[in-house]
Amino acid sequence: MSKMHITTSINGDTTEFLAEADQTLLSALRDNLRLTGTKEGCGSGDCGACSVRVDGRVVCSCLMLAPEAQDRAIETIEGMADGDNLHPVQRRFLEEAALQCGFCTPGFLIAARDLLDRNPNPTETEIRFWLAGNLCRCTGYDKIVRAVQKAAEDVRG
Amino acid sequence: MNERVKTPEGRPYYKEIGTRPIRPDGVEKVTGSARFGDDFTLPGTLVGKILRSPHPHARLISVDTSNAKKIAGVKAIVTGSDFPDQPFAYTGPAVLERNMWHVTRNVIAREKVLYEGHAVAAVAAVDEKTASAALQAIAVEYEILPHVTTLDEALAPDAVLLFEDMITRGVEPAPEKPTNIARRANYEKGQIDTAWSSADLIVERSYETKPVHQGYIEPHACLAHYHPDGQADLYTSSQGHFQMRALTATLTGMRLTDIRAIPAEIGGGFGGKTVVYLEPLAMMLSKMSGFPVRMKMTRSEVFKASGPAAGTKARIKLGAKKNGTLVAAEVEMYYEAGAFPGSPFVNGVLCCVAPYTIPNVRLTGWDVVANRPKVAAYRAPGSPQSNFAFESTVDIVCKKLGLDPIAFRKMNAVQVGAELLGGRQLNHEGYLQLLEATERHPQYATELGPNQGRGFAAGYWPNAGGESGATVYVNADGTVNIATGSPDIGGSRASMAQMTAETLGISYDRVRSAVNDTTSVPFTHVTGGSRVTFATGKAVVAACETVIADLRARAAKIWDVDVDAVDWREGAAHPSSSNVGDFDPLTLGDLAARATETGGPIGSSGALNATGHAPGFSAALCDVEVDPETGHVKIIRFTVAQDAGVAIHPSYVEGQMQGAVVQGIGWALSEEYIYGPDGRLQNHGFLDYRMPVASDLPMIDPIVVEVPNPDHPFGVKGVAEAGMVTAMASVANAVADAVDRRMTSLPISPPKLAKEIAAGKAAM
Repeated sequence: MSKMHITTSINGDTTEFLAEADQTLLSALRDNLRLTGTKEGCGSGDCGACSVRVDGRVVCSCLMLAPEAQDRAIETIEGMADGDNLHPVQRRFLEEAALQCGFCTPGFLIAARDLLDRNPNPTETEIRFWLAGNLCRCTGYDKIVRAVQKAAEDVRG
Repeated sequence: MNERVKTPEGRPYYKEIGTRPIRPDGVEKVTGSARFGDDFTLPGTLVGKILRSPHPHARLISVDTSNAKKIAGVKAIVTGSDFPDQPFAYTGPAVLERNMWHVTRNVIAREKVLYEGHAVAAVAAVDEKTASAALQAIAVEYEILPHVTTLDEALAPDAVLLFEDMITRGVEPAPEKPTNIARRANYEKGQIDTAWSSADLIVERSYETKPVHQGYIEPHACLAHYHPDGQADLYTSSQGHFQMRALTATLTGMRLTDIRAIPAEIGGGFGGKTVVYLEPLAMMLSKMSGFPVRMKMTRSEVFKASGPAAGTKARIKLGAKKNGTLVAAEVEMYYEAGAFPGSPFVNGVLCCVAPYTIPNVRLTGWDVVANRPKVAAYRAPGSPQSNFAFESTVDIVCKKLGLDPIAFRKMNAVQVGAELLGGRQLNHEGYLQLLEATERHPQYATELGPNQGRGFAAGYWPNAGGESGATVYVNADGTVNIATGSPDIGGSRASMAQMTAETLGISYDRVRSAVNDTTSVPFTHVTGGSRVTFATGKAVVAACETVIADLRARAAKIWDVDVDAVDWREGAAHPSSSNVGDFDPLTLGDLAARATETGGPIGSSGALNATGHAPGFSAALCDVEVDPETGHVKIIRFTVAQDAGVAIHPSYVEGQMQGAVVQGIGWALSEEYIYGPDGRLQNHGFLDYRMPVASDLPMIDPIVVEVPNPDHPFGVKGVAEAGMVTAMASVANAVADAVDRRMTSLPISPPKLAKEIAAGKAAM
């Protein structure tokens, strides 16, 4: 079967790639476009390591087909910082030691930024439930939750 | 955020140790540019995939790859016979034996497949689809055998044998009949058989735990590139690229020097990435095809073919005086090793009694094989299982005698200087201090509500020292590069940089800290055993001290004085007294700028076998609330105490403790391998293998006790494992406190607990 020509927006840039009809968006990002910041932890939508934002909604890119990216706006971890300027949630993850191995971190950051975009004043419970689709095996989540709380303060200004 | 720690009385004042700087690899990890195992590629890279056995136990009659080889785009196929066989010999210390005859058969099956998911063949092809098609085209003839997937099945008198000639080791005289029991370990002190008569209270209970997976989020992945001249590059996500190099070399018949093992960032390991699975296959496929080969496991493969931790059965018998003095303890435990011998049963039985002074003890451990994946190390391997059983029994004793659980541990605490069973000695203070710190914690005095309970547990893990290497270079601009051979799983680059800065007397931001490949740092053993900050830290400090000696010599040369007349402090050479002469200090930067004229490049390596490590004790305080209708257990408060010696980077010490606790909570409440009667794993994904998520948990409060280790330049003790040892028992003890029913089988899943609560009501 011939490949499909897909035109999409990734982190604000118009991007074209050739995808197999049954290829996942995760695979297209990682293998075709070499945007390897988005991680594969399970391939079944259970761990959240492959989280990206599509037209303003967080999705597991392992559960979305690459051809579905046509004419969408995709945001990945590579587009989160503005040059040298880290997003508050990135900066707070570093300051609060909210990562140990760092493998789940891009997915957590995508989800946490999305939470703060919607609700800059979340309770601890709201943070914990918003991030319940992201697995972290290293931290026990404590410092992740604290980092998001601190980032929320920054976002509120 | 570079806060400065306050200096307690009598402790050296540190500028960098005890602060919380941002880790050197941090920005890469929050921007997505850090490269993990599956993030590498090279021109012409092939996709490697593994054909795995669908059967839990079968004889391999034939593996026919001829049709698969004909598929366009298939470049290489390997089976077990493509690898040199290994001698049958157990090597290494009793607590950590290895047998390469087993290791090579676990990487790829030969005579038999021993578990569902056992690798049978591996292919390399131009893309994923072609590789998958090749796997489909391989014809394997199996002679299916009966299987045993539980300890009870494996131990049954008529059980099918995984190894028809396996005679239990450690039993005198040797049994005549082969069984699935690989080895027995036995330790005794005192007069256990007569000691029971001196006890006022004897409690005896049986327990079981299920196999659980380490659950790292990054599946195993590697990239191997074998060059025509016989030299190779191996990109590997592991807890020790020197270990991966050694195992890959042995299993493929290569020399150590011919493999450059390049450490990828590692997405979690917890012991499970000290083991080799993919690397020898990828290397052999690259050798046969002439192309680089990339391999990664799916999550299902991770569950079926890597890890897990051993399931166990335990029988614990304790005897105590009315006042709480322990007089006797008997521990018998069966550890399920999976398909090959080598569960952590020895450390398991040794650890559970280590926090106590007990005059009469008998420990018996059994290593049992079954048709499941071979177990791998998991955070304090062996100790959490035995701790759950032992500390649950201690809790029963405390409740029966009406004694406070912490007071009981203090009363019976092991004393510094004590000879521990298994040939260890307790040489370091710290255990009593962490018991006292837990006792003082506000949680211990917090009132409990309805359906709530509180559990306490204490535990031990020996930790490790061992071989480590580091290099330190001073650059012309006065900055410093350090590199070690320890993969950084939780912030160790930062602690290495802090120790470097502190030793040299310069600021943290002038040090760049890296993890280098096997050609550019001395041999370093795995990141495991809570050893890195201790042992690799020692290597870093040793290298820095050599550099300081060199810097002093150069200052002496410039000043034309004796080197003994030059002191090094606050990052500069100073005359040791006014008699030496009136010289302005020469800073590290000054001396770096003048390196060319004073002898050339400044740098050194430290390589050592670190001794003097201190054990890791932990204490856990867990409050739960039980829903009596559903049996759901909610953790409402959790405090964990450990003695870090000195916390180099307190945030990462706390992080180790918090993460360890949450893994233990998962083990206690929701995680287990579930096999069907067909011997196949039923929950090989994160949906059905339920690890804790953020909404399941409260904040985890770490108490970092600091009783410095005199055998480390900055007082470090290992902290990465002990926190998990006590988590399961503390949860189980809290549940028992809440519902007045003792759960002796993990996980304490809602249906199990609801049934137990209902049985309790019916009995009333």
